[in-house]
Amino acid sequence: MYAYDEIDRTLVNERVSEFRDQVKRRLSGELTEDEFKILRLQNGVYLQLHAYMFRVAIPYGTLATNQLRALAHVARKYDRGYGHFTTRQNIQFNWIKLAELPDALEDLAQVGIHAMQTSGNNMRNVTSDQWAGVAPGEIEDPRIWSELIRQHTTLHPEFSFLPRKFKIAITASDHDRAAIKIHDIGLRLIKNEKGETGFEVLVGGGLGRTPFIAKTIKHFVHGRDILSYIEAILRVYNQYGRRDNIYKARIKILVHELGIEKFAREVEDEWQHIRNSSLQIDDEVIEDIRSRFTYPAYEKLPHMPDELRQAAADPEFEAWRKNSVAPHKVQGYSIVTISLKPTGGPPGDATAEQMDALADLADKYSFGEIRVGHEQNLALPHVAKRDLPALWKALDKLGLATPNVNLITDIIACPGLDYCSLANARSIPIAQELTRRFANHELANLIGRLHINISGCINACGHHHVGHIGILGVEKNGEEVYQITIGGRADENAALGTLIGPGVKFDEVADVVEDIVEAYLALRERPEELFMDTVKRLGVEPFKERVYATR
Amino acid sequence: MPLVNGGKIADDSFAKLAVDTPLPESGDILVPAERFLGDAEGLLKRAGKVGVIWPNNRDIDELVPYLGKVAAVALVFPTFRDGRAYSQARLLRERYNYRGELRATGQILRDQFVFMLRAGFDSFEVKKQADAEAFMQTAKRYSVFYQPTGDGRITALHRRMQLRHSEGVGT
Repeated sequence: MYAYDEIDRTLVNERVSEFRDQVKRRLSGELTEDEFKILRLQNGVYLQLHAYMFRVAIPYGTLATNQLRALAHVARKYDRGYGHFTTRQNIQFNWIKLAELPDALEDLAQVGIHAMQTSGNNMRNVTSDQWAGVAPGEIEDPRIWSELIRQHTTLHPEFSFLPRKFKIAITASDHDRAAIKIHDIGLRLIKNEKGETGFEVLVGGGLGRTPFIAKTIKHFVHGRDILSYIEAILRVYNQYGRRDNIYKARIKILVHELGIEKFAREVEDEWQHIRNSSLQIDDEVIEDIRSRFTYPAYEKLPHMPDELRQAAADPEFEAWRKNSVAPHKVQGYSIVTISLKPTGGPPGDATAEQMDALADLADKYSFGEIRVGHEQNLALPHVAKRDLPALWKALDKLGLATPNVNLITDIIACPGLDYCSLANARSIPIAQELTRRFANHELANLIGRLHINISGCINACGHHHVGHIGILGVEKNGEEVYQITIGGRADENAALGTLIGPGVKFDEVADVVEDIVEAYLALRERPEELFMDTVKRLGVEPFKERVYATR
Repeated sequence: MPLVNGGKIADDSFAKLAVDTPLPESGDILVPAERFLGDAEGLLKRAGKVGVIWPNNRDIDELVPYLGKVAAVALVFPTFRDGRAYSQARLLRERYNYRGELRATGQILRDQFVFMLRAGFDSFEVKKQADAEAFMQTAKRYSVFYQPTGDGRITALHRRMQLRHSEGVGT
C-alpha cells in the first residue's frame, strides 16, 4: 500500500475546499452551468439522466480497508446504498445531490481518496495491473511508477484543459491486465540490456467511434526520463490535437493523421528540449516513493496446506478456486478475484454492506488490502492458501463467490440507457439476461475463457471492441439495435473485433450469443482451443453463417 | 473587463488595436500578431510600449525574434476549456526566457488563476469583477504542487526530500 503523507493530504484538502467554493458559486448562480460543467467534471461530477453521478478515483486499483469502508459510507449516506465499479479503476455513485458533494469529498479525503480528474479533458486516473506487486514474474511493482505519474499529472498547470480526456495505463507483466494498448499512453515496464528500468511507450490507442490499438512510439525510455517523455507527448498533443470536432480530438486521431513516425519525431524534438530539465527523476525520488509502499509481513507457509487439500473434496469450492484463485509471487499465498457478476445482477455493482464486509475480510485475510480491476471485479491480493476455504465460505454468504471469473458470465458492461445520458441502448439488462442464460457452471466451464463486453453507445465505456464477443447498442428508427463483433481482445495481443453482420433486436441478443457459442463448441478442434483461437483460425464467416442462416 | 496585474486590480495602459484600427500617435498599444508581424520594425520604432496578441494556434517560434523588444505578450483563451495557451506560456517563459508582461485574455475565471500563475502568466484580463477581486485569495488556494514549472515553486517530491534531509540532521 502507498501511504499518503501530510503533503498529499494537504493537496486533497485544498482541492475539496476549492470545489466547495465552486459548488457554492454554482448554487448562488455566480457560475453558469456552462462554466461550472468543466469544473465539476474535473472533480468527477457528471450530470446524468436522472441525477448527478460522482466518480471516485482508485489510483492503480489499490484500496486500503478504511478506504473501502469510506466508499461504503458514501454509498450509504449520500447515495442509495451501493456503488458501481467501472472499467477505469473507479467507483461511481449514481444518485448523489450536488449540495452534498463537497461533504462526500471531505469524508473521502479523510482516508486519502479523491475524485480529482476522474473526468474532464485532463489526465485521468492512472490505471495499472490489479495484481501489481503480487503477480509472479513482474519486472517490478508498477505502482511505484503509477504513483509518480499520478502525482505528476494531478492538477498539472499545462495539461488541465486538453483537447480531450487522456488516459495512461501501466503494466509490468508479460500478461497485460491493464489493457495498455487501448490507452492514450500505454507503458510497459521493461529492463534494458544494462538491467536498467525503463518503459516501452505506446501511444494512440483508444476505443469509441474510431477505435485504434496503440502503436509503439519508443522502445525504451529510461525510468528517470519518463516524466519528461510523457510531458513531451502531452505538449505536442495540447498544441496540435484537434479541437474543432470533439470526435476527432483524442490523441489517437492526431497520431493517425500525422502517422506514428511523424508524430514520434515531433515528440522527440520536444523531448530533447526538456529531458534534462527538472523533470528528470533522480534515484532518490524514486526510492522515496518506493519506500512509501509497504508490503505485508508474509509468513513462511507451505505450498499446499492441509486446509486446502481437505477443501478440494468439495466440488463447489473447487469450482470457485479454479477460476478465482491465481498464483502469488510468495509461496503459500494466492491472489483471489472477487466476482462482482452474480447471476442476474448488474456487472460491477456492490452494496455498502458488501463493501464493509469485504473490508472486514480483507483485514482478516489479506493484510488490509483490496484491488479493483478493469474487468469490474475486485481482488484480495495476499490471501494465505490455508485461509481460502474459510474466505470462500464468507464470500459465498455475501453473494460474492460466483465462480465465473473469466468465464462467459464475467461480463463487462457500461451502465447504458438505464443511467447514462449518452447511451442509445440498454446494457445492464442484456448482461443480466446473459448471466441467466449461461448460469449453468458446467456449461460455462466447458466453454472456457470467453469475455463478453457490452456498450450502450458508440463511446464504448464497456470496451465492446475488445470483447471476445462485443455487443454494441445503437438506436435505429427509435429502436435499440445491437451490433455484434467477435475476436476482440484487450490483453498483450490486443485486437479489435470484427462485425459479424447486421444488428439484431434487443430480444435476440442472448440467442445470438448462444448461437455463436454453439458454433464455437462445434468448430473448436479440441477443448483447450479457446474461443479466441477458433475465431482467429476460422475468421468470422462460420459464426456469421450460424447466426444469420435462420434470421 | 478588469485587469489584474502584479496581484491587484490595475489600470490597463495598453490600447488594444484591431488589424485595421488607426495607429494612435503615442501611448502603449497591443496589436494582433498578424499586424505586428506585418510591420514589426515600424511599430517598435514609435514612442510607447508595444505588446502583441498571439493566437493560440500560431507557432510561438515566429514571435521569438521579437521577444526582447515587446513589452507584453497577450495569449488567448477563447474559452477556458481551450488550454493551448498554457503550453505557449510555458514555452515563452521557460524555453525562451521571456521576462516581459505575459497576459491571459479571453474567458478568464478565478478557477484558472493557479494554473496560469504556474504556467508563467503575471497579468490577467478577468471576465468577472468578483473574480478579479478574489485574485489574491484564489491565487493562494494551493500550497502543494506536484510538477516543476518555471515559476520555481518547490514540488511535493522535492519538499519530501528536504524534510527527509532535515530530519536526518543530528540523528
